[in-house]
Amino acid sequence: MQQNTPMNTPSKRRVLGPCSHVLVAANTGSWRLERPEVDAELCVRCGTCARYCPTACITVHKEGDPLDFDWNYCKGCGICANECPKQALTMVPEGGDD
Amino acid sequence: MLTYQVQPKGAVSPGINTCQGCMIDVIFRNVLDVMGPDTVLVIPPGCAAQFSGCGPEASVTVPGIQGNLENSAAIASGIANGFRHQGNDHTQVVVIAGDGGTVDIGLQSLSGAMERNEDIIYICYDNEAYMNTGVQGSSSTPFAASTTTTPAGKPVNAKDLISIVMAHRVPYAATASVADIFDLRRKVQKAKETKGCRVIHIMSPCPTGWGYPSAKTVEVAREAVRCGAWVLMEYENGAIKLGRKPEELGQPQKYFALQKRFCGAGEEEIAKMGAFLTERYEYLEKLAQL
Ligand SMILES: Cc1ncc(C[n+]2csc(CCOP(=O)(O)OP(=O)(O)O)c2C)c(N)n1
Ligand code: SF4
Ligand code: SF4
Ligand code: SF4
Ligand SMILES: [Mg+2]
Repeated sequence: MQQNTPMNTPSKRRVLGPCSHVLVAANTGSWRLERPEVDAELCVRCGTCARYCPTACITVHKEGDPLDFDWNYCKGCGICANECPKQALTMVPEGGDD
Repeated sequence: MLTYQVQPKGAVSPGINTCQGCMIDVIFRNVLDVMGPDTVLVIPPGCAAQFSGCGPEASVTVPGIQGNLENSAAIASGIANGFRHQGNDHTQVVVIAGDGGTVDIGLQSLSGAMERNEDIIYICYDNEAYMNTGVQGSSSTPFAASTTTTPAGKPVNAKDLISIVMAHRVPYAATASVADIFDLRRKVQKAKETKGCRVIHIMSPCPTGWGYPSAKTVEVAREAVRCGAWVLMEYENGAIKLGRKPEELGQPQKYFALQKRFCGAGEEEIAKMGAFLTERYEYLEKLAQL
């Protein structure tokens, strides 16, 4: 039977095996073949796109330009455009005709 | 001590090498957001292992351990009991494991943890196959789905994990879906507020293994709920509560058509699956009325 009593914590600790201690991010933005483009007229700033975005790279603003994307991480998956209830997002080819 | 090379918005790094369109990131971000920083993760091998770190590189801001495919619930039990012996009653131990690591290989340790009612939260993200090793069929792969080990479509149906969990009479269990993030967060919050062995089973569609365009992950998850291929429910104090009734119960045509893994399913398979989904839902409905 195990007893439910607090034990003294050992003063020395040894770490065995690899230990991850640096928070990093891969440059997943380099995978992108298409990028989402917002139509500011249609966007109602509802935040649906940001809620489903796998990389959390969308910021929805209360005023001014409705959306900001962090292009370092946007994978170009298109989930945001597929889920936008107002069809305010269009996927455009990266390095396209702009 | 964690050194920050990037400053994430929540507890999860923004740049993770999950495939384009994979929503395991969203599950981690929301689970950790609800659970808070006083959380320890246990992650077995699988696609989610990327969140347990690689060498010195970490992807989440909370501590965690990558164990084996067989023993996530046992490792979590050990950590939870260690905390208890230290007099720590606040740190939550959370497992996030794939379907292979839960419904197949880790089922015995999960069953033991549920029997002992260990104070852990066990979350299974279900992409319905062994994705990380190349889309081998698991016991969570549904009937008629093609995988590399069931190329002609799986001849039998998936194990019913939530029913297995309920048979252990745990204090709280639920199913959730990446199609409804509010509902998912509410269920994680409820689990957080409950003591004992809590289990949440989350459908997480996989563009790579299921064969659909990366943009359609949420759409596929939504269709699964609409036809009853994924039933949203909660189990609390021995009682079942079902979510909204599927609008197109027993009609998986649209759900199947979205995915290449079902392209071998003809009318006969679709009818068989439809009948099974209706039968299962009606059975759960009866249980919910008890
Ligand atoms: C006992 C054991 N068998 C096989 C493996 C190899 N393996 C590593 S990850 C993995 C796939 C796990 O599938 P699942 O749990 O569904 O997670 P997913 O990759 O789908 O996210 C396998 C088979 C292992 N690590 N341990
Ligand atoms: S989902 Fe559409 S309408 Fe809502 S904030 Fe995003 S772009 Fe705007
Ligand atoms: S394309 Fe994908 S990663 Fe990029 S903003 Fe949209 S949802 Fe996010
Ligand atoms: S194989 Fe599937 S589950 Fe694994 S990272 Fe890719 S999309 Fe996600
Ligand atoms: Mg899997």
